[in-house]
Amino acid sequence: MGKTLLKIENLNATIEGKSILKGINLEIKEGEVHAIMGPNGSGKSTLASVLAGREIFEVTDGHVEFMGKDLLSMAPEERSREGVFLAFQYPIEIPGVSITNFMKAAVSQHREHKGLEPLSPSEFLKLMKEKKELVEIEAKLANRAVNEGFSGGEKKKNEVFQMAMLEPKLAILDETDSGLDIDALRIVANGVNKLKNSENATLVITHYQRLLDYIVPDVVHVLYDGKIVKTGGKELALELEEKGYDWIKKEVQV
Amino acid sequence: MSTLDDNKILEEYSEKEYEAGFVTEIESDVFPIGLDEDVVRAISLKKNEPEFMLEFRLNAFRRWKTMIEPEWAHLKYQKPKFQDISYYSAPKNMPKYNSLDEVDPELLATFKKLGVPLDEQKVLAGVAVDVVMDSVSVHTTFKKNLEEKGIIFCSISEAIQEHPELVKKYLASVVPAGDNFYAALNSAVFTDGSFAYIPKGVRCPMELSTYFRINQANTGQFERTLIVADEGSYVSYLEGCTAPSRDENQLHAAVVEIVAMKDAEVKYSTVQNWYPGDKKGKGGVYNFVTKRGICKGDNSKISWTQVETGSAVTWKYPSTILKGDNSVGEFYSVAVTNNFQQADTGTKMIHIGSNTKSTIISKGISLGESNNSYRGLVKINPKANNARNYSQCDSLLIGSKCGAHTFPYIESENPSAVVEHEATTSKVSEDQIFYCNQRGLDTEDAISLIVNGFAKEVLNQLPMEFAVEAQKLLSLTLEGSVG
Repeated sequence: MGKTLLKIENLNATIEGKSILKGINLEIKEGEVHAIMGPNGSGKSTLASVLAGREIFEVTDGHVEFMGKDLLSMAPEERSREGVFLAFQYPIEIPGVSITNFMKAAVSQHREHKGLEPLSPSEFLKLMKEKKELVEIEAKLANRAVNEGFSGGEKKKNEVFQMAMLEPKLAILDETDSGLDIDALRIVANGVNKLKNSENATLVITHYQRLLDYIVPDVVHVLYDGKIVKTGGKELALELEEKGYDWIKKEVQV
Repeated sequence: MSTLDDNKILEEYSEKEYEAGFVTEIESDVFPIGLDEDVVRAISLKKNEPEFMLEFRLNAFRRWKTMIEPEWAHLKYQKPKFQDISYYSAPKNMPKYNSLDEVDPELLATFKKLGVPLDEQKVLAGVAVDVVMDSVSVHTTFKKNLEEKGIIFCSISEAIQEHPELVKKYLASVVPAGDNFYAALNSAVFTDGSFAYIPKGVRCPMELSTYFRINQANTGQFERTLIVADEGSYVSYLEGCTAPSRDENQLHAAVVEIVAMKDAEVKYSTVQNWYPGDKKGKGGVYNFVTKRGICKGDNSKISWTQVETGSAVTWKYPSTILKGDNSVGEFYSVAVTNNFQQADTGTKMIHIGSNTKSTIISKGISLGESNNSYRGLVKINPKANNARNYSQCDSLLIGSKCGAHTFPYIESENPSAVVEHEATTSKVSEDQIFYCNQRGLDTEDAISLIVNGFAKEVLNQLPMEFAVEAQKLLSLTLEGSVG
């Protein structure tokens, strides 16, 4: 078993006074893939946003430790540089900024944080090429402005490409499967799988079991009404697929 | 005017100045404040100008006296007190400091961020330079290159002395002395500026002024530029400097004139970074500029590109008169206003010839409590058959206290004209910033990236070296904009 990467203790968060997360506990170790499933409105995306440092959510209680450091006290950009990556459910357009320039800025910030010299332009382009091939995205995509006029599939592939460029310790995939056809889903999942190693971890947030056919989780959690109500192995996902979430809801109410 | 009178005027002014208590040794080179015909005469005399120039100045001055300051722009400012300004001070190259250690550290930090070379920093900050600068020898080499091709590139004062026939022919041929209040004032009192003449069929081998910009510092508050591109010639001209100018003059009223003959092309790029005033809106330069070019001959082209980040108040409309058939006018602009800056800028495209074409791309970026206005006129004259115009005006708002305004005027008197206008206003969203944050960029870098992306179409028009500097300058202007 690897070292603990992320430790969430009694995490409570609100938005505009409304309580969303109500005491989350979760521990993720190096080399693991965790999946969080749950019905709409259970707090899945909120958990992803809170971990990434989105300011509209207020953490009212609890503690999150990431590689031994207090994650919640860090600014969003510090969390990124420390190795937390969020693949957005709805990636944002930045008109006029090419993916190449966007990644160049991001990679040099990450390198600076690690005390490394910036890459030379040719080293950088080589890295781009390598990662593009790894995650199977079209070479020309990188010349386009970030997410501008991208199809749903292109946006998600671009997220995985950025993940490949930044090599995070913890990748959080927020409903990455939404809006993908089966081919795009396979490419995106393959990309994520190739990036896995014994020193990083993946947290897959999803509504459906479908994605988990491709990215196989070690642990599956069920989030309901702001709490993790059930944890199990990958078979739990199949059970959910078969029985739906009502079964969990009943169990919780009892 | 007799020589006796001349001397008397000069004497009088030197004395007055002495009375005013100036103690520097070059006191006789600064006129006391105030403006009347004698001052105009004294300027012309100081500069040893031929009679036609004196007549030109006096005529402009008389026109100016009858004019009133325009108030139509979307600007609020305290009008300059024209009698409180000194209208002549000889270029002072007196070093203010002995070493960079004495210079304001904030200014040095800015230079560093812009990547200004050390020697250049010294010159800009007013530090004595005892070694012969590289740029001086570069200057000489290039001047020689230009001369071989018959290109004249010198100060306008020098041109008045050395090439009076060219100056007489083209000065005020595009911007008449009485064109507007500030152009009239400039015509009466301008002290220096630049002159370029590209002979027939010559392609100017370098960007004019890149290598000369250091020497162009201190041209004063009433600058006059005249560029003439003869038949079939080409020139790219760069004005300004990205390094911040700590100019003490509050009012700047420049005039730029461009003449493009048949088949000639002129590309004019500006980066303007004058002192915008402090964060509370105190101080800062008033920049009231008249820039105009004429595509005089058929198939000629004038292209204006500007990046405006400085000045407290900007009033500027680089314009093109498309007289020759098939002539082309372009205007690419990025104007950034921060804190309490105000900009009212745009262009005029006057279509006269047939098949004339103009393109306007304007990008306004407002931050803080600033106001940014685009004002443009597209005029199609009755004889301009098949004229075409495309205008695109985009505004980007950062924060909620700033303003963006668009005032497009279209006057078409020819039914065959095609005029298109597109305008957008957008805000830098929290989502965009968070997305960048999540990839490791801090908020300032994120905004800078977003703004550079927004302005890309215009920045791409700048010559390479200038574009890189302009990008850095944009980032710098945005610094501290996030609170």
